[in-house]
Amino acid sequence: MARSALLGSSLAKKYWMALTGLFLSIFLIAHLAGNLQLLDMSPDGQLKFNEYAKFMTTFPLVKIVSYVLYASILFHAFDGILLAIQNRKARPVRYVHEKSSANRTWYSGQMALLGTLIMVFIVLHMKAFWYEMHWGELGMDSNGNKDLYTLVAVTFTQLWYVVVYVISMAVLAFHLLHGFSSAFQSLGANHPRYTPVIKSVGVFFAVIVPIFFALIPVWMFINA
Amino acid sequence: MGNMKLNLKIWRQKGPKDTGAMKTYPVNDVSEDMSFLEMLDVLNDNLVRKNEEPIAFDHDCREGICGSCSLFINGEPHGPGRGITTCQLHMRKFKDGDTIHVEPWRSAAFPVIKDLAVDRSAFDRIQAAGGFISVNTNGNLVDGNALPIPKVDADTAFDAATCIGCGACVATCPNGSAMLFVSAKVSQLSLLPQGRPEAKERVLNMVEQMDKEGFGNCSNTGACEVECPKGISLEHIARMNREYMVAGVTKK
Amino acid sequence: MTKLDSKIPEGPLERKWTDHKDHIRIVAPSNKRRIDVIVVGTGLAGGAAAASLAEMGYNVKAFCFQDSARRAHSIAAQGGINAAKNYQNDGDSTFRLFYDTVKGGDYRSREANVYRLAEVSANIIDQCVAQGVPFARDYGGLLDNRSFGGVQVSRTFYARGQTGQQLLLGAYSALMRQVGKGTVKMYDRHEMLDVVKIDGKARGIIARNLITGEIERHGAHAVLLCTGGYGNVFFLSTNAMGSNVTAAWKAHKRGAYMANPCYTQIHPTCIPVSGTHQSKLTLMSESLRNDGRIWVPKKMEDAQAIREGKKKGNDIAEADRDYYLERRYPAFGNLVPRDVASRAAKERCDAGFGVNKTGEAVYLDFTSAIERYGRTQANIQHIENPSAEKIRELGTAVVSEKYGNLFDMYENIVGENPYTHAMKIYPAVHYTMGGLWVDYNLQTTVPGLFTLGEANFSDHGANRLGASALMQGLADGYFVIPYTVGDYLADDIRTGPIDTKRDEFAEAEKAVKDRIDHFLNNKGTKPVDDFHRRLGKVMWDKCGMARNAEGLKEAIIEIRKIREDFWKEVRVPGTANEFNQELEKAGRVADFLELGELMCMDALDRNESCGGHFREESQELEGPQKGEAKRDDDNYAYVAAWEWLGEAGKAQLHKEELTFDVVKLTQRSYK
Repeated sequence: MARSALLGSSLAKKYWMALTGLFLSIFLIAHLAGNLQLLDMSPDGQLKFNEYAKFMTTFPLVKIVSYVLYASILFHAFDGILLAIQNRKARPVRYVHEKSSANRTWYSGQMALLGTLIMVFIVLHMKAFWYEMHWGELGMDSNGNKDLYTLVAVTFTQLWYVVVYVISMAVLAFHLLHGFSSAFQSLGANHPRYTPVIKSVGVFFAVIVPIFFALIPVWMFINA
Repeated sequence: MGNMKLNLKIWRQKGPKDTGAMKTYPVNDVSEDMSFLEMLDVLNDNLVRKNEEPIAFDHDCREGICGSCSLFINGEPHGPGRGITTCQLHMRKFKDGDTIHVEPWRSAAFPVIKDLAVDRSAFDRIQAAGGFISVNTNGNLVDGNALPIPKVDADTAFDAATCIGCGACVATCPNGSAMLFVSAKVSQLSLLPQGRPEAKERVLNMVEQMDKEGFGNCSNTGACEVECPKGISLEHIARMNREYMVAGVTKK
Repeated sequence: MTKLDSKIPEGPLERKWTDHKDHIRIVAPSNKRRIDVIVVGTGLAGGAAAASLAEMGYNVKAFCFQDSARRAHSIAAQGGINAAKNYQNDGDSTFRLFYDTVKGGDYRSREANVYRLAEVSANIIDQCVAQGVPFARDYGGLLDNRSFGGVQVSRTFYARGQTGQQLLLGAYSALMRQVGKGTVKMYDRHEMLDVVKIDGKARGIIARNLITGEIERHGAHAVLLCTGGYGNVFFLSTNAMGSNVTAAWKAHKRGAYMANPCYTQIHPTCIPVSGTHQSKLTLMSESLRNDGRIWVPKKMEDAQAIREGKKKGNDIAEADRDYYLERRYPAFGNLVPRDVASRAAKERCDAGFGVNKTGEAVYLDFTSAIERYGRTQANIQHIENPSAEKIRELGTAVVSEKYGNLFDMYENIVGENPYTHAMKIYPAVHYTMGGLWVDYNLQTTVPGLFTLGEANFSDHGANRLGASALMQGLADGYFVIPYTVGDYLADDIRTGPIDTKRDEFAEAEKAVKDRIDHFLNNKGTKPVDDFHRRLGKVMWDKCGMARNAEGLKEAIIEIRKIREDFWKEVRVPGTANEFNQELEKAGRVADFLELGELMCMDALDRNESCGGHFREESQELEGPQKGEAKRDDDNYAYVAAWEWLGEAGKAQLHKEELTFDVVKLTQRSYK
C-alpha cells in the first residue's frame, strides 16, 4: 500500500509532476542566467560565453545535475502522458456542449498540449545547440574553446527560427502560468496567507522568464 | 402561465447500453418563476399527454441539499449561476427564445442509467472505503464537550462537510476527477481530533478506491471549486495531498 | 374494540427505560449472526438503526429509493437538534425537555415514550460528536447552543442552517462503514412495495429494483420501516419529491394500525406558492421569526392594491400595518408555536388581507431588526449621530451575517431582495406527527414489524416542537431499537433463514406485479400528477390548517371520486422493466389516494382542536382565549389507531387511552 501511494496512485503522479516541474523551473533560471551572456555581442562576450559553455559541458558536478535534468524532462513528459491517458479514459463520452470558459482558464485545461509543444521545441533546441556542442563539428575560438557562440549567432539570423523561439516561449509562459502555482497545490502547499504570494510569484515568473528567453534571439537577430 | 418560449436540446438515451443522442424540444409558456426542474416537469407532463416517454432525471429535495439533481446545462453543471444546484436554478436566468443544452454528467465512473440520470454509486463505495470514524453506537461515550475543538478547525471541517455528493466537480473537471469530493471528506475528518487516529488509513483507502473507480486525475484547473454548489475550496484538495503524502511516507 | 397494548413498563417515569432495558431479552452475539433484519429507509432513523444493528452482529439489508443512502430527506432539516445537556446552565434537564415536548404536543403523546426520548437525547450529541459531526462551537472550542421554537432554554445544537445534513451524513458514514465491512448489504434505488407476513409475523418484503424493474423477494426475521412522513399527500409540501407513504401504507394494509393520521404540522414560514407549475415548497428556517416581524395591511384597500401590484409593502405606513401575532399574543408575539402562527396567517388571508397575487401570503419584515442592530453597531463602532442610511447599512450587515444564506435562497427563488422588501411567507405542510401505531418497543400491531422516526406516531403528540424531529429519528435508530428489537428476535435464534420461495412471498409478489401491469396497460390519458394535484387541493382546503365536519365529509366524497378517476384515467408510459419514474409516482399516488381518505376520517372523528389539528367547531367562544383552539380532554385524550378492513374508506377505530401521571393537563396559552 505505502509503495503504491508514492509511485502508482493518482496522487503520486501529481507529486512527481510537481517535483519535476519545480526542478525544471529552477533549471530555467540557471539556464537563463547563462544565456543572458549572449546579449553581449562583443568579441569579448563571445569568448566568455564559449568559456562558460565549456564549463557547463565538462565540470563533473554540472554533468551530474544535467543527467538529473534529462531524467526530469523525460519523467515529466512520461508522467504527463500517463495522466493525459488516464484523464481521457475518465470521460469516454464527451459533452456535446461544454462551456469551459465559465470556470477555468483555457491554458489550465491544455497543459498536455502546451507540454507537447514545449517538448517539440526542446528537441529542436537540443538538436540545434546541445547536439552540435557535444558531437557536432564546431570551430574553435581564439581561446581554443568550441565556438558555440558563433553557431548561436548564425542560427539566430534566420527569421523563421527566431519566430519559432518566440512562439515557443509564449507557449512556455502559459504552461508556467498554470504550472508554477499548481505544483505547490499538488504538493499540498495551500495556505490563506502564503498561497496568494505563491500565485503572484508564479505569474511574475511565468511572464518574466520566457520574455527574457525570447529577448535573446530577437536581440541577436536585430543586431546581427 | 408564463410567456417565455425556449428551445431545449436534451440528451435522450433509452438505457445504459443505448448510444443516445440530443433531441430538440420546443417549450412554450415558461414562467420566469419556475425552477429549471419545474420547467422540465411541464415538458414531461406534455410528453405524457402526447403518449411519449417523459425525460428521466434525478431529483428529490428540490431545495439544494440532497444532491440528487444533476444536469449539465449549457455547458456547466447545475447551469449558469454560482452556489446553486439545478433545482435552485430559476428560469429568470434565461431569456425568451434561448436555446438550452441539457446533458447528463459525463464520467466513466458515472454511467448513464437513462436519459439524464446517472449512477453515482462510485461515491458510496469511496465513502465505504474510509469516509467514517470507527465509532460504534455507544451510550457511554465521553461527553461531547470533553474534547474542545478550536472554532476555526470546527468551522473549516464544517465547510468541507457541506459537500452534497452531487458530482458536479467530476462533471465539470476536464479530467473527470473526483478529488474535490474525496478531499472534502478526508479534510473534514482529518481536521477533527476524533478523526485523527485513523487519518492515515482513511486517506490511503479512499484514494485507492477513487482510483479503482476510474476517475481522472486532478490538474488543479479549479473548475470544480467554481462550479461546486456548496463552494467547497481547493484548499481541501491540498490538505488531502498533504495527508496522503505523509501517510504514504510514514505508514507502517 | 381490541385493546391496544402499549407495553409501557411499570415503575416511576424516570426508571421505566432503565428497568425495561435491564429486563428485556437479548440475543447472544453468536446467535445474532443467524438473524437477518431488513431496514427500509436510510434517513436518520433508518441509517442509525442499520448501522447500529450491523455492528451488534445482525445481518442487515438496508433499502432506499434514492440513488444513495445519503439523500434521505432528513438531510433537509435546517434548525437543529434538541438535547437536555444543560451546557448553558439555564436550568435545562431531562424533565424539562420531556415536559416541554408533552406540552408542545398538546398532551396527545405518551409520557413514557417522551421521557425516554428526553433521556437519550444527551447520548445522541456525544455519539454524533464522536462520529465527526461538525456542530457549531464557541471560541473556547465547546459546543454552542441556541434557543429554538419558543422554548425558554437554549438546548438546540446546530451546524449552521444544515443540521439535518450533518447528522444524516454522520449516520450515513456509520452505515457505509458497515457496508464496507459487509455487515450491511445496501440496496439503493430499491422501493419497498409490500410486507410479507408468514404465520402472522413480518418475514420480509417485496421490493422493486428501480433501475431494472425487477421485482425482488427479501426475507428477514424482522422488518424495520424508517420511511418518513406522508406530507406529500398534500401534493405541495416541504417534503422531498420522492417522500411517500407507500411502505407504511402497505404495512397498514397488512395489519399495522395507522395512528392519528390527521395530525399534520404546517410550518408558518415557507415561501408562498407562485403558480400552478409549483412542484414543491421551500421552508425558510423558523429562526427568522427571532428577528422578523409578521404583518399584513390593516386596511382592506391596501391589501387589494398590493395584490394588484399597485402598491408595495414599503408603501404602507407603520400605522396602517397589522402585526397580528404581536396583537393577538403579546406574551410570545412572533415566536408563538408553529401551529398557532400558521393558523393566524390563514385567518388574516382568509379575511382578505393576503399580500401576493394569490392572496395567500403575509409579510415577514426585518426593517425593525435592521434598524435595531444598526444602532447597536453604531454604538459599538463609536459613530456619533449616524445617518439613517448608515444605520441601515450596519444593520443589514448584521442581519446578513445571521441569515445571509436564507436571504440568498429567498432572493433566488422569488427574485426580490428581502433586505429592502419584506419577505412574503405562507404556511406549508412540513411534517406529519401521525404514523404507524407502535408500542413502547416501537413494534407495530404486526409482530416483527417495527417503525422508527417520522413514520411512527409516537413522540410528538398533536404538534412537534422545533428541533425535535432529528432528536427522535436518531433516538429511535441509535438508542431504542438496538435494545427493543432483541427482545423480539430472541425467539428467532433457531428459525433459520427465511425461505422466500414460500407461497406468502409468491402471493405478495404477484399482487405487486399485477398492480404494475394494471398501470402500464391502463388506457388512460392523464399524467399521474393531475390526480395528485387534485388530491392535494382537496386535502389542503378541507383537511389542512382548519377543518370542519362538513368540509371533511365533502372531502371524503371528493377523494373517492379522484381515486375512481385515477384508476380509470391515469396514463403510465414506458415498461415495467426499466427505469420508469412515472410508474414509481403512480404507485405512490395510488396509496396517497387511500391515505387521504383515512386522514379525513380521523380528522372527522376527532371533534376537538389539538396541536396541528384545528376543528373550527372546537374553539373558545368567549373570554380572553376567544378564537383559540379548544382541546377536549374528557373525550379525546386517546390515540386513534385505525385498522384496515380490506378496502379504502373502511377502517376500524381502536383507541389507546392516554394517561398522564406526571404532567398536568392545561390549556396552552401564548397570550
